[in-house]
Amino acid sequence: MAKQSNKLFESSLVNEALKQSFIKLNPKTMFKNPVMFCVWVGTIVMAAVCVWIAMGERNQGSLVYNIIVTAVLLITLLFANFAEAIAEARGKAQADSLRKTREETPAKWIQPVGEIYTNEVKIVPSSQLKKGDVFLCETGDVIPMDGEIIEGIATIDESAITGESAPVIRESGGDKSSVTGGTKVLSDRIKVRVTTEPGESFLDKMIALVEGASRQKTPNEIALTILLAGFTLVFIIVCVTLKPFGDYASTPITIAAFISLFVCLIPTTIGGLLSAIGIAGMDRALRANVITKSGKAVETAGDLDTLLLDKTGTITIGNRKATNFYPANGVDTKVFIEACVLSSLADETPEGKSIIELANLDKKTFDTTGAAFIEFTAETRSSGINLPSGIRVRKGAADSIKNIAERAGNPFPAETADSVKTIASNGGTPLVVSQNEKIIGVIELQDIIKPGIQERFERLRKMGVKTVMVTGDNPLTAKFIAEKAGVDDFIAEAKPEDKMNYIKREQQGGKLVAMMGDGTNDAPALAQADVGVAMNSGTAAAKEAGNMVDLDNDPTKLIEIVEIGKQLLMTRGTLTTFSIANDVAKYFAIVPALFIASIPALQGMNIMKLHSPESAILSAVIFNAIIIPLLIPLALRGVAYKPIGASALLRRNLLIYGLGGVIVPFIGIKLIDLLVSIWF
Amino acid sequence: MNTEIIGVVIMFLATIALAIPLGKYIGKVYSGDKTWADAIFNPIDKIFFKASGINPLKEMNWKQHLVALLTLNALWFLLSMFVLMNMAWLPLNPDANPSMSADLAFNTSVSFISNTNLQHYSGESGVSYLGQMVLMLWQFISAATGMAICAVVFIAMKDKSTESLGNFYNLFIKSCTRILLPISIIIAIVLLFNGTPMTFKGKDQFISLQGDTVNVSRGPAAALVSIKQLGTNGGGFFGANSAHPLENPNYFTNVIENVLIILIPIAMVFALGYIIKRKRFAWLIFGVMTVGFLLLLLPSIQQEMKGNPAIHRMGINQHLGSMEGKEVRFGSAASAYWGITTTCTSNGSVNAMHDSFTPLTGMFAMLGMMINSFFGGVGVGFLNFYIFIIIAVFISGLMVGRTPEFLGKKIEAKEMKIAAIIALLHPLLILSGTALSSWLYAHNPTTYAAWLNNPGNHGFSEMLYEMTSSSANNGSGFEGLGDNTPFWNIVCGTIMLLGRFLPIIGPVAIAGILAKKKYIPESAGTLKTDTGTFGIMVFAVIFIIAALSFFPALALGPIAEYFGIR
Repeated sequence: MAKQSNKLFESSLVNEALKQSFIKLNPKTMFKNPVMFCVWVGTIVMAAVCVWIAMGERNQGSLVYNIIVTAVLLITLLFANFAEAIAEARGKAQADSLRKTREETPAKWIQPVGEIYTNEVKIVPSSQLKKGDVFLCETGDVIPMDGEIIEGIATIDESAITGESAPVIRESGGDKSSVTGGTKVLSDRIKVRVTTEPGESFLDKMIALVEGASRQKTPNEIALTILLAGFTLVFIIVCVTLKPFGDYASTPITIAAFISLFVCLIPTTIGGLLSAIGIAGMDRALRANVITKSGKAVETAGDLDTLLLDKTGTITIGNRKATNFYPANGVDTKVFIEACVLSSLADETPEGKSIIELANLDKKTFDTTGAAFIEFTAETRSSGINLPSGIRVRKGAADSIKNIAERAGNPFPAETADSVKTIASNGGTPLVVSQNEKIIGVIELQDIIKPGIQERFERLRKMGVKTVMVTGDNPLTAKFIAEKAGVDDFIAEAKPEDKMNYIKREQQGGKLVAMMGDGTNDAPALAQADVGVAMNSGTAAAKEAGNMVDLDNDPTKLIEIVEIGKQLLMTRGTLTTFSIANDVAKYFAIVPALFIASIPALQGMNIMKLHSPESAILSAVIFNAIIIPLLIPLALRGVAYKPIGASALLRRNLLIYGLGGVIVPFIGIKLIDLLVSIWF
Repeated sequence: MNTEIIGVVIMFLATIALAIPLGKYIGKVYSGDKTWADAIFNPIDKIFFKASGINPLKEMNWKQHLVALLTLNALWFLLSMFVLMNMAWLPLNPDANPSMSADLAFNTSVSFISNTNLQHYSGESGVSYLGQMVLMLWQFISAATGMAICAVVFIAMKDKSTESLGNFYNLFIKSCTRILLPISIIIAIVLLFNGTPMTFKGKDQFISLQGDTVNVSRGPAAALVSIKQLGTNGGGFFGANSAHPLENPNYFTNVIENVLIILIPIAMVFALGYIIKRKRFAWLIFGVMTVGFLLLLLPSIQQEMKGNPAIHRMGINQHLGSMEGKEVRFGSAASAYWGITTTCTSNGSVNAMHDSFTPLTGMFAMLGMMINSFFGGVGVGFLNFYIFIIIAVFISGLMVGRTPEFLGKKIEAKEMKIAAIIALLHPLLILSGTALSSWLYAHNPTTYAAWLNNPGNHGFSEMLYEMTSSSANNGSGFEGLGDNTPFWNIVCGTIMLLGRFLPIIGPVAIAGILAKKKYIPESAGTLKTDTGTFGIMVFAVIFIIAALSFFPALALGPIAEYFGIR
């Protein structure tokens, strides 16, 4: 699903949403939204009033006027339904494109004979695979179901899911053992055990969430609904009591006026857009290639206080890289570099590869026939090569190579010792190289901090989020990198339980913690964290424990997730403020209109100088209706988040949506009145 | 500058100057810190606690606090009903005043226990001295109840997670002995020297220059007047309340009494700052309340000093301002100041006829009661404000993209439910009460003709004012309303009960639930509640919820009247 169109209203989606807007008029659906349900009831009452007038009632105003009011109320409802429907349609379209990747594919099912899996393969449709089944995938096969590799290693093209074209390696046993349905095996063969029942994969859950089948209101949404219901109740009281007040003042008030006043006062703008905002939040997460297991997780992300980030891949690019060669005095640089390359030829570690890369020499010029490679072990803490010519090259940690040299009676040169010190204090790792037990120089390995990462941490700090780097490095190196990258804290020489303890400690202090992980040993910490983002490449256990899955396996994704969460909450808050602030103007439009006929003195309150009571009431309800579709783009895109501190943000939003919410309807209602006054 | 205005400015500044140290002192009392009064009152408290078997150190949770408060109030209510319905034969009745009818006794008992002091009777002829003294006791008790329960909310707002919120009896006794009693005694003595009577003798008599025999009511008035002002009670000893020359003899006593009206309501805000150690936050609340108060006060003073346009058209000189229903010894500015202070604070004593205020001043007085939290009643004023803070925190928390938290505690659905109910209670009581009376009057104008002296817009204002005054536990009247009837006694009594106790239960429940929650330390993403922006937010919430919902009703009453006589 690589890139999605960013257009808000695609015509196919709009058509579907329009259809849904009418279907959603079903009172059972409407009842879930108390504010809009009130409008629904109002529309029904107005329809009845129209019939009543058609049958001869004289005191409720003209039939045309009443029909127009009824129509505007109906349109208000349709607009609100449309907002929800378009958000759903967009989410669904997004999910559908994901789902396409996992259409029926033939699966090579391995039949178990009793407890033993044989090598006999039977071709079955992917939909028949159940949890626990094992299937085989070979070069060129599309993986039929989500699962975990139990045997083998393969390169896989995951571009169908992530949009990233570079193939990835997945193998059994490690932390990268997970495969996703719809991706393609490029080479080798693997045996995979199915980890989910059909229809229960994360993607299926996500689709159900967006479609509303299992969408539950988040705690925050519930609290807001209660507040909005409270406002609605206040305005019910205001409007109902107006009847006896009118009786006392001998002012007959038409049913149309009552219902218009009521519908205008209750917060229909936010009420109509509320569910659209929530769906759009999940949709934005999905656009960022993050599958959320609940809407709550997105909201919680906006509240995070602490982020635990793995150093490797998040803060630094992949692994350490060789950045410099420091030959010892009297050793020719070229000779030294050749020795370094020789020792690294068989070294498959990223560090080893980077040495060859840095040396930039043609591998083929080296003849290693008959050479013996010495593997790295934890005891020797060095690796190297023994050539048939008798040359022995070793590279490794400073003290282990020093031992080798000193045992053979060779000194450890002072300049080498200096280099080692300088490199370590700069956050690098020194690799000392010896040839025939004689020190010939040092290779500097450095962590490369991702470009732009400092700015991102600065942004997080302004949001009030603390960043913690988790690394296996020693505290000295960790501290150096932490300072350079601008993280607030670090956990050095981290073991999996250290992460867990850190999370628990932060949570005890009342903080919300997020972490990202992929390994099985990350699973407990992922479950403990308030927001646990599992990488899609991670083990099934990790994915089960977290509450989000990142399809891109991008460790910096957490930062985006925080912003999406904040945006979601902010959009709700600002539109609530806007909706309530609108009431000031609506009061000034409708209240004088109600009483002017019997108390002409109240003309002084008609500060907008609206044309007539009818035009004033119509203008207010029309404004109330059209503001909903005008705000749909904002609801779907979300209010822009700026990390400028909470107070400055409040000031900004209060100015735009609060003050704006007071002023805009004055202008809007007046303009509509100018139009409406042609007829009324 | 005009001396009348200087008088008002001095009164307000003096109040603030006194309220700041008093607030700190109140904070110390509720925090259990040492004060000078301990030496005198500790031994007395001990006797009370020993006799009643109460352990003042036993911590209570919010539910236990409410149970204690409601039980005590129920007992006082029964005692009050007994005395008021039997005063005719009980002692201390030199003027032989009759007992009250059941509906009037209900109204009066509720009225005094709820700190309202709405009086559908006249002090001179409606109660005996025993009755007056029992009512005076309620003036202490209801004020102390409000302050003690407010202190519980203060304690709950501290930075920690706890269920134990102090001991209600301890806070209650201390409110009486450490705060209300000492100030009342001093003020009563000052009033005594200015001519307010303090005697158990019956009516006095003199023969006027015309040769008529004039009876003058008197009694133990000085003691009652001081606590009536200090405890935002407002129920006068005499029917004319603080306009009566024996309750409020001169401009000097007027200054003292008017300072007393808003002294503790302001001081409670500073007490909050002391108790939760957030002075800036307290000043912010003070700022919001003061701005709101001034917005009601300044146009009122302007309106009253300008005079009534209808009288102006008759060619009558109004250089003193609108003097209808006002005392010449106070003048129009001081009367307007008193009118707004007494309605903003739920005090309800009057030194001028609110019925005769110009229409807009009448509206501002009503708005003061409708909002009921620009200082508000002792203790309970802050509780009302607390609800608005919770709603403002919720909305502004959302506006900055963070689940709302207030003083380190997350606000969730349960708290919002309570806050929404309490916020809509006040409009519900006032509007439905007025709707009921309007409906009755509109459909049976002959049966209820005795209710309204002035039909039309002003009559509507009279009914609206009475309901507002009851719901806000204010107690002042727009007069001109024939209110000693079973309908008004029972409806107003019920509204006072609901308007008193539900807005106490709600905030205490919210504060108690929040106190139990996990404390979240502040971070850069936390919304600060002590900034001007947040103050504007709170103000906007108050304006939209509390003021705008009354807009249609006010349009039919004072606003229509204003445009009518302009």
